[in-house]
Amino acid sequence: MSNATTSVPPPTRTVATRNLGLIALGGSVVLALLGLFFTAEDVDQGSSVRIMYVHVPTAWVAYLAFVFTAACSAGHLWGKKHSLNLDRLAGASAEVGVIFMGVTLVTGSLWGRLSWGAYWQWDPRLTTTAFLFVTYVGYLAVRGLGGTHQQRAKRSAIVALFAVLEIPLVHFSVLIWRSLHQEATVLRPNGDVTMDGLMLFTLVFGVAVFTTIFAWLVLHRNRVLALLDAVELRGIDAALAARRAEEVTP
Amino acid sequence: MTVSRIVAVARAVASKDLRIEWRSRVMTNQVLPFAAIVMVLFAFALDNDGILQRVAPGLVWMATLFTSLVVVQRSFAVEAADSAIDALRLAGVPAQGVYLGKVAALVVQLVVFEAVLAVLALILYRVNVDVHGAVLLVTTCILGSLGIAALAAVYGGLSVAGRGRETLLPLLLLPAVAPVLIGATRATESAFGSDGARVAEGWPWVGLLAVFGAIFLFGGTLGFGPLTDE
Amino acid sequence: MKETSVVDLHDAVVLLGSFPALAEATLTIERGELVVVHGANGAGKTTLLRLCAGLLPLARGSARVMGHDVGIDRAAVRASVGFLGHANGLYLDLSAGENLAFWGDVVGASRQEVDAAATRMGLTDRLLATPVSRLSAGQKRRTALAVMAVRRATLWLLDEPHAGLDAAGRDEIDALLRDAVAAGATVIVASHELERSASLATRRIEVVGGRISEAGGRT
Repeated sequence: MSNATTSVPPPTRTVATRNLGLIALGGSVVLALLGLFFTAEDVDQGSSVRIMYVHVPTAWVAYLAFVFTAACSAGHLWGKKHSLNLDRLAGASAEVGVIFMGVTLVTGSLWGRLSWGAYWQWDPRLTTTAFLFVTYVGYLAVRGLGGTHQQRAKRSAIVALFAVLEIPLVHFSVLIWRSLHQEATVLRPNGDVTMDGLMLFTLVFGVAVFTTIFAWLVLHRNRVLALLDAVELRGIDAALAARRAEEVTP
Repeated sequence: MTVSRIVAVARAVASKDLRIEWRSRVMTNQVLPFAAIVMVLFAFALDNDGILQRVAPGLVWMATLFTSLVVVQRSFAVEAADSAIDALRLAGVPAQGVYLGKVAALVVQLVVFEAVLAVLALILYRVNVDVHGAVLLVTTCILGSLGIAALAAVYGGLSVAGRGRETLLPLLLLPAVAPVLIGATRATESAFGSDGARVAEGWPWVGLLAVFGAIFLFGGTLGFGPLTDE
Repeated sequence: MKETSVVDLHDAVVLLGSFPALAEATLTIERGELVVVHGANGAGKTTLLRLCAGLLPLARGSARVMGHDVGIDRAAVRASVGFLGHANGLYLDLSAGENLAFWGDVVGASRQEVDAAATRMGLTDRLLATPVSRLSAGQKRRTALAVMAVRRATLWLLDEPHAGLDAAGRDEIDALLRDAVAAGATVIVASHELERSASLATRRIEVVGGRISEAGGRT
């Protein structure tokens, strides 16, 4: 039986989420201070190395987001209840992931321009990131195709699993492809950075902070998606009532 | 839903698709000229014999990719015309069989296209191929087509039903098929001897194409049914 | 719910986009009935049939067809149900005979079964060799019905099968439907034709605003 029960959206005014937000905010401030002031400049790149503290964490979070989307999708498909909560989590994670991926591409491009004079490099990571960006835009388009929520969930889950399959495939192909060319050791900007203790710490700290930001964003977006779904269900109730009312008694 | 039933369904669907194409000649009368024109237009745009010869492999596979979009759209349009695809779903026909049949028919059509495109490259871009290169080229075409077809059938099935869906196919398919493009182009470079590549260097890429094809085929067989079942 | 019920709907809701095409429909149909469904355009006749065919997901309520729960497992319903909508489900570039042969291959029917179905639907050799795109509307319908027979469907769902046919064609369809019921199938037909259905059907129902009511009682 597939009665549409109005699912209660997961609350976001809890103490836990508020603390999460505060940690994310505080962490960002600390990260900014560390990244912009307290860490040293790079011998070769000068101050432009500081972009690394944004570029690397956002890249990490973007990939995390898509793996998380795939995991939620798998959970939806193979779980007994075919939970719509998991479907919405997958969607929220992908949306946030696309944003982070956009930031990764832009910061990577700027960093390359500042350090090496070129806005783009065909190295495996950047190329794969660009491809994934388009792929997940496609995933979001599939989510918008309409139909019942269960239909959307099943369809999106399968596409998400195909999409996550792409990560290793594209990365691997590009890796082998670029290794053929003489500029094989394409000097990725951060491949050439000698990092002292504080820089390394800041980098790792940055990853942690951005992951926290990611979690906070996904929780809130998930709630919004759940509310949107609930509104749609209410709309169905209204439409049913309207249809009943339009019936002319014979 | 035994294996033999799936094979029987696949065979029936593949031969049905090919027979329809044979009757209607849409591919040969419309799409083939399109692909040929694309090859000619590349020459206009690049305007340099040396460059054309070097990039010929890439051009062949780019033209193949664009052509595949049209071929897949047509393949599923045939199903949607009189709601035959609904009828197939309704009859409880194993979706894996339908998928594999569609992939088989697509592979055949794509290989024919690539043969024509390769010949055009030989003529228009002054590429040379010896016997060993030819063997490599044929193998590349078959395995590359398999990878493209396996993915295209999945996304094609998704994009057929409903408004605003046709434009989804390029968006979903082209990023996903990138690994195949990379592998097929490198192998073809070796077959054509472009840029000093030797034939022997192409075979590892062919191996890679086989792996991609197998992965996509496996994924598609599992995913096609649930994905197209509204 | 009796065990012999072929269709059992209770407050079923089916959405097309966000529009409730079926708005809490309740219906029970027993084996061997020939039911005619009346209703204005847009009332929900087609949706009702497609739901029973396992083609649409159930948004609310319950629906059991041929003993299977449509809400849970639509796919299981399909093997024994034949659906003929406004479209015929045929491949236009192939001949009628090739279409039947394809369906025979795909459902695992024998050559004899395919020939028998063709004969039952009055498809001559000449017709079988003609491309479907060149057949008349009635001939296409008969081909589609032959496909349903090849598939050994026990529940036949037809959405306005008489549409586009002349009087003789309509009589033919009616005869074929009566034969199908006599052979053990249950038939549900959506139709606009009021007088014709009175003689054809064992029962008539009406769909209004996505809900179902009995029309004129059982005969």
